[in-house]
Amino acid sequence: MTTAPMNMIQALNSAIDTKMAEDPNVLSFGEDAGYFGGVFRVTDQLQQKHGLTRSFDAPISECGIVAAAIGMGAYGLRPVVEIQFADYIYPAYDQIVSEAAKMRYRSGGQFTSPITIRSPYGGGIFGGQTHSQSPESLFTHIAGLKVVIPSNPYDAKGLLTAAIEDDDPVVFFEPKRLYNGPFDGWHEKPVSPWKTQELAQVPTGKYVEPIGKARVMREGSDVTILAYGTMVWVALAGAEHAGVDAEVIDLRTLVPLDIETIEASVKKTGRCVIVHEAPKTSGFGGELSALVQERCFYHLEAPIARVTGWDTPYPHAFEWEYFPGPQRVADALKAVMSGGR
Amino acid sequence: MMKNTPTLSLRVPEPSGRPGDAPDFSHLQFDPAGAVSRPEVSTAPYEMRDHAFRLVRVLDDEGQAVGPWDPKLDPEVLRRGLKAMILTRAFDERMHRAHRQGKTSFYMKCTGEEAIAVAQGMILSREDMGFPTYRQQGLLIARGYPLASMMNQIYSNAEDPIKGRQLPIMYSAKDYGFFTISGNLGTQVPQAVGWAMASAYKGDDKIAISWIGDGATAEGDFHNALTFAAVYRAPVILNVVNNQWAISSFMGIAGGLETTFAAKAIGYGLPALRVDGNDFLAVWAATQWAEERARTNQGATVIELFTYRGAPHSTSDDPSRYRPGDEHEKWPLGDPIERLKQHLIVLGEWSDELQVEAEKDAVEQVRAAGKESEAIGTLGQSRPSVKTMFEEVYATEDWRLVEQRREVGV
Repeated sequence: MTTAPMNMIQALNSAIDTKMAEDPNVLSFGEDAGYFGGVFRVTDQLQQKHGLTRSFDAPISECGIVAAAIGMGAYGLRPVVEIQFADYIYPAYDQIVSEAAKMRYRSGGQFTSPITIRSPYGGGIFGGQTHSQSPESLFTHIAGLKVVIPSNPYDAKGLLTAAIEDDDPVVFFEPKRLYNGPFDGWHEKPVSPWKTQELAQVPTGKYVEPIGKARVMREGSDVTILAYGTMVWVALAGAEHAGVDAEVIDLRTLVPLDIETIEASVKKTGRCVIVHEAPKTSGFGGELSALVQERCFYHLEAPIARVTGWDTPYPHAFEWEYFPGPQRVADALKAVMSGGR
Repeated sequence: MMKNTPTLSLRVPEPSGRPGDAPDFSHLQFDPAGAVSRPEVSTAPYEMRDHAFRLVRVLDDEGQAVGPWDPKLDPEVLRRGLKAMILTRAFDERMHRAHRQGKTSFYMKCTGEEAIAVAQGMILSREDMGFPTYRQQGLLIARGYPLASMMNQIYSNAEDPIKGRQLPIMYSAKDYGFFTISGNLGTQVPQAVGWAMASAYKGDDKIAISWIGDGATAEGDFHNALTFAAVYRAPVILNVVNNQWAISSFMGIAGGLETTFAAKAIGYGLPALRVDGNDFLAVWAATQWAEERARTNQGATVIELFTYRGAPHSTSDDPSRYRPGDEHEKWPLGDPIERLKQHLIVLGEWSDELQVEAEKDAVEQVRAAGKESEAIGTLGQSRPSVKTMFEEVYATEDWRLVEQRREVGV
């Protein structure tokens, strides 16, 4: 298959574009998502290519956007909606949680909600507290939802294609900090653009990366790092900085979770560090930690460590103190390496 | 320094009567039957603002159909409508009793509101999609959905069509144009708009119809729905069933004293009709008007159906705690079944004897269905396999559900 270098925005755009070309039941809408192509340009040119009724602007009503998508999904369409920032998903929470997630179950399979809710999320762009949050654990807790978070252009396209084709509602969080290039967490140092990364070679045609499969980003024998989104790159930098032979796993999908890959890795390394941007308390890291403890306890050489955002609102001026960076990951790695029994 | 202005005071609206008071409906001013004009369906919403404040009525006090909204229905259609309303009431009676007998956990009657779901369910096709609340059981009954299946859900027995997962009255019947009901009020109105948008997007000919109570119009979903319906000219009928009571809160708490619920449409540029919800013919005519408008690409209509919730909100409610006991009997717009019966008698198409017979027949139908359903089991006597608890959470079970199902041992 022909490939082309793409950043994550282009890869996501290509996923929707390819699906729209293939399936007339796919349409895309959201605030500023039509003519203008979205404030991050993920839906750029889709209206021009596929027409006004297939890619259009929506009122500033996240609840209305998701509710309309649910109705369309029940009709038989596969709407892909954009919530401009994940911080704005809360007005739509009731529709996502009480309606989309429960549709198949409560109707005995008569009605389904095959919708994709895309939303830029996470920090590292100086967005302040209303443009930086990571609300994934509010959705991983909800039966009936799938939660997907890519960390690179290749996965972004393949996973978004899978999400659109999925018969269940998928909450698809796109790490804003990775839209234009990977980020290794050393914010004062220049970061390489996507075009220097292998994972930016993206097939121009359709392909699918299965939902529910993690990707081993770096093999290692001493410790397993579980991460997703922007934190995958921070974890890689942290491992290098600490000089530890860490195995870095990009979860890619939080629900359903690839428990086999996690279990096999932790049993091999005997140590586990979990990294995410969201606040620590009741974050997804708590769930990961419990699962690893349940399944790998007798293989563990040290307590499981979590490197996360703080339990504060996301601050503007203190972004780099809040945002987990390679130094904190390295510290955690060193701690678990020395915390053997 | 003292200011020569009054101190502020907070107003909390109160209804016209509380327990022990005599019912007082003197504040209600209704147009007489036949008085409200019937605009062309192509009328611009701003040219028909009056319709949001007046009341479309067809049946007069003598049971005659009068005025421009008379849909001039075939007597056979009227008889079918009457019988469906009678059957709905008989069903409600038996299920309410079944709750008192401990056969189910919960029930909700639609007493006094039967004309709404029955008429609207008869007008629209099963291909159209209804997004009902829990008081539109008349729609299923009018369309001949098996009463025993409804009861199987009410009893959560082994044959419950949705496998014991929902409250008794939250039906789901795709083949009958009946969307799965949500207990979260108002959520389904913008979904109906989305469904209608999908039909329009596909160049199809189906429309959607939704219902919401007067109380739930205060939810943001209702207003989101009106915005989307207006913006995208969705082919949808948006009903507000103003039955005066949201559990114990009278319609004034939802803003019903400041304006009419129909008038909420005006700010969105949608046409509004305010209709006597206890008048089968008026409900029919207004719905037909809105249907034609939707099907001819002219967009949505908001219909306020003015009625009264005669029964308790649910089996868990006691209305004698918050409203005059006999308020329902004094409702100035009467009883929808009595009014349609009277009309058919005036037409020479019905009689008191036929009414008695129809009521007996309805009780018999409900009894027969009851026997069939109770043979399968009432609440706790039989239920779907516990295995089904883990099914249909997703299209396919993931490892968590497989493991948890095994933990339960099924």
